[in-house]
Amino acid sequence: MINLTVNGQPVTVPDGTTVLQAVRAAGVELPTLCYHEGLAPYGACRLCMVVITAPRHALVASCAYPVEEGMVVETNVPEAATARHLALEFLLSRCPQSDVIREMAAKEGITTSRFGAPPPERADELCVLCGLCVRVCREAIGAAAISFIGRGMERRVGTPFDVQSDACIGCGACAEICPTGAIKMEDQGNKRILHTWHTTVELHTCPQCGRFFVPEPMSFLKEMFPEIEDLWALCPECRQQRAARQWIEQRATSPV
Amino acid sequence: MPLIAQPPPPAGGALLAKLHAINAEHGYLPEEELRHAADELNVPLSQLYSAATFYAAFSFKPRGRHTIHVCLGTACYIRGGEKLLEKLETTLGVKPGETTDDRAFTLETVHCLGSCSMSPVIRVNGDTYGRLKADRLPRILKKYRGQET
Amino acid sequence: MKVHSRSDLETLRADGLSTLYPSRLKISVGMATCGLATGAAAVYDALRDEAAARGLDLMLIATGCLGYCQQEPLVDVRMPGRDRVLYARMTADRARELIADLARGELPAEGALAVIPEEKEPPAGLEPAGGLPLLNELPFYARQRKIILRNCGLIDPTRVEEYIARGGYQALAHVLLDLTPQETIDEVLGSGLRGRGGAGFPTGRKWQICHDAPGQPKYVICNGDEGDPGAYMDRTVLESDPYSVIEGLTIAGYAIGARQGYIYVRDEYPLAVERVTQAVARAEELGLLGDSIFDSGFDFSITIVRGAGAFVCGEETALISSIEGGLGEPRPRPPFPATSGLWGKPTVINNVKTLATVPVIISEGADWYAAIGTENNAGTVVFSLVGKVANTGLVEVPLGLTLRDMIEGIGGGGLNGKAVKAVQTGGPSGGCLPARLFDLPISYETLTQAGSIMGSGGMVVMDEDTCMVDVARYFLGFTMAESCGKCTPCREGTRYMHEILTRIVEGKGTPEDLDLLEEVARWVKTASLCGLGQTAPNPVLSTLRYFRDEYEAHVVEKRCPAGVCRALIRLVIQPDLCTGCGLCKRECPAGAISGEKKKPHVIDPELCTRCRMCYDVCPVGAIEIVK
Repeated sequence: MINLTVNGQPVTVPDGTTVLQAVRAAGVELPTLCYHEGLAPYGACRLCMVVITAPRHALVASCAYPVEEGMVVETNVPEAATARHLALEFLLSRCPQSDVIREMAAKEGITTSRFGAPPPERADELCVLCGLCVRVCREAIGAAAISFIGRGMERRVGTPFDVQSDACIGCGACAEICPTGAIKMEDQGNKRILHTWHTTVELHTCPQCGRFFVPEPMSFLKEMFPEIEDLWALCPECRQQRAARQWIEQRATSPV
Repeated sequence: MPLIAQPPPPAGGALLAKLHAINAEHGYLPEEELRHAADELNVPLSQLYSAATFYAAFSFKPRGRHTIHVCLGTACYIRGGEKLLEKLETTLGVKPGETTDDRAFTLETVHCLGSCSMSPVIRVNGDTYGRLKADRLPRILKKYRGQET
Repeated sequence: MKVHSRSDLETLRADGLSTLYPSRLKISVGMATCGLATGAAAVYDALRDEAAARGLDLMLIATGCLGYCQQEPLVDVRMPGRDRVLYARMTADRARELIADLARGELPAEGALAVIPEEKEPPAGLEPAGGLPLLNELPFYARQRKIILRNCGLIDPTRVEEYIARGGYQALAHVLLDLTPQETIDEVLGSGLRGRGGAGFPTGRKWQICHDAPGQPKYVICNGDEGDPGAYMDRTVLESDPYSVIEGLTIAGYAIGARQGYIYVRDEYPLAVERVTQAVARAEELGLLGDSIFDSGFDFSITIVRGAGAFVCGEETALISSIEGGLGEPRPRPPFPATSGLWGKPTVINNVKTLATVPVIISEGADWYAAIGTENNAGTVVFSLVGKVANTGLVEVPLGLTLRDMIEGIGGGGLNGKAVKAVQTGGPSGGCLPARLFDLPISYETLTQAGSIMGSGGMVVMDEDTCMVDVARYFLGFTMAESCGKCTPCREGTRYMHEILTRIVEGKGTPEDLDLLEEVARWVKTASLCGLGQTAPNPVLSTLRYFRDEYEAHVVEKRCPAGVCRALIRLVIQPDLCTGCGLCKRECPAGAISGEKKKPHVIDPELCTRCRMCYDVCPVGAIEIVK
């Protein structure tokens, strides 16, 4: 176990914990965008900046920095606050239409940005390039259907050649994990459309009620986990109804 | 551990080498070639595409028969590299990244060819020209056009 | 043959000596990229063809770079019984005349620059060649000490025999046959060698950390992604002396326990890629790479990786990412590559020049190296001295020399006699230092304290015709284009700094812009993920610190003191000075100049783009820059 101090408060955490996790364990809040406990730290958004005063003086991104015995962490000293604030101010300038960014910025006292507005073609930009969608698709799901394209100010996320992706399994993890709601996905009849990725996948039909539920490309899971084959036989609602009926029948034949 | 098992990564540098090979053979990166390459290398297409769009050496559009790289590295900039670029832009009628209508020349800028003592410098295909004055440019262009006849 | 022992090396050494110092006429033409860029290929062909036509027995080789790039194409003539003479600025025509003279047994005086002294195996009975200085007496070379560049321009880079003849591979034999890995590390530690890629981290310490770190397999990587515009010393070493890097990398592999090495070379250096690829193949052929080198049981192989045009790949974690699978995206540090690098395994990444130094440290000893240079700054550094300076080229000097020694002593002062205003060190990651600081001794610490960095050794000289605000904008344009875009500060901040600087050079800046510029610069410097972002603001911060008056002139008076910023100048032909030669009219890319022959010409201000081409070409100085 490692003992360290956060904003004057002692806290003890297991070896291998990041400074961000230790800060949160101490009950101190820090904004983050690109951090997710289920994925490897990325260090891109630079919102989680803190100052370490011992064993060395450094301004670091806490999500990726390992704790050390006797470390002293300050989250609200001017050096750290300025680093966070400028990052938020620039993100606000990049995505003025994002409610999420506006709220995060307001929480730190930032309501406007001195750094201008995006060009007209990007006026509705919601993507902050945190990379969570790319990383969840690659590291957690393994489909790797989307990736970063280009570099610098041209950097963006997309499918290869910006066309329908053959690798997408329609799981929607990307839309779920996106912190700003930049990924648009909707189910229309027997299709799941991931608008942002110009990708459409078919939905499996329930033989009982005709509703569409699980994306067809996810059927590979049946081979991987034969025990869940049952989940394809009926849609969740029909399964629930069947379970309820079975329970009632059981009660009818063997009353309490 | 991802849900969908991943094959072992390709050997160090193999992905870059493959992109270079395609670029050398076709002069750019055609979509079909990239799709085949991803299968061959056993990497996700998105990874290969990501790398292909990241580097300045690769183009997704066919290039001219000759590529002119104008160096705008520090030493070349200080000694007038921009003027060479302007002269080429007016002579050829294209901006950096573009190809002339007759497909003879593609104009590109590059940040440092490593011939800084000879600034300003341009490179045409594999040939480097240093200590260049703008008045030599027409002759150099003519040499490459002449090679084709 | 395969090399199994030191005596096998002797065989190769004898072969190398026979071609380094043959008993027939030998001419070496400098044909590294610099030489080729100034017409060395035509010189080579002319020498070969003329000698053949005259039936002159000639050993003609293409060598690497001697460093005196200002004088390229350089031709080294070794006539048996005579001094060895170096000819400068050779042309194809003069080359043919040279052959004619040599056929008559004469060494011509025209174009002769110096005599190259032969340190080893000097031939007997030299006849002096008429009052020429020795090479190391020339002001350009007098204070230089060639360790990293020891073989450049003096050997055929394709012949390992010549590398061995000049001492090569003795170090590797000693390391594999006589020393343990720890003893090898101790030697490098004791020498005080610091990484020559720019950060200056003690090389021995990095090797020790990696050696001690758990994890197998381990890797060693040579970082040849020399992206700094203005720096080309890594290219020179790879083109002119590739075996020194291969030997250094092999020694590093032995020291840390790695069996696989990589050499990552920039795509923009095709000749370097070619030379090092060929050298690796030849080393494998001879058993100097592969299984059980020198029968020691140590296996080592090298894979060459060619970059693809991304400055950020010179950053070590981005380089690793590039080798692993494609894009060059930096990663948070810690962990550092020495403990967790390529595929998460302990990895040593060293710069080309660092590795080229290692064999010499092993051969001559740690103490010998530590005695060169100054306290904490041992050894020599290679600078590329370029820009508005009279003598441009590669300069290798012991640390501790001053900037003035470099720029005035070796460089010969400003080009065309103009006053030198500043020097930019460390490439786009470095800063601009004003002339009043030129008595600073050069070391990692002094340059950092002054607001710049050592970097890879780029040294760009700027004169009174350089606008420092324009220079800052130029560098930001570079870093903005090369930013990978991953982290917010570098991606958004470099773009914004460039935007402000563009406003300023266009005459639309305000004094508040300067404060905003500085605020954003400090943030990008402290909050960025990797070295690219962390150093991108240095040109801005150093020019604001030392040349604030130029910034203020731009934002307050809307004036460019150096007469560069196009929106703030006008070009006018002075009619009483103009001879009507028409040169400016021919050269103007915008067609803005009109006039009849021998009559004063006129610039149309509506068409003029103020590129200053006319100012540069006018033979009588009739063009005035109105600020």
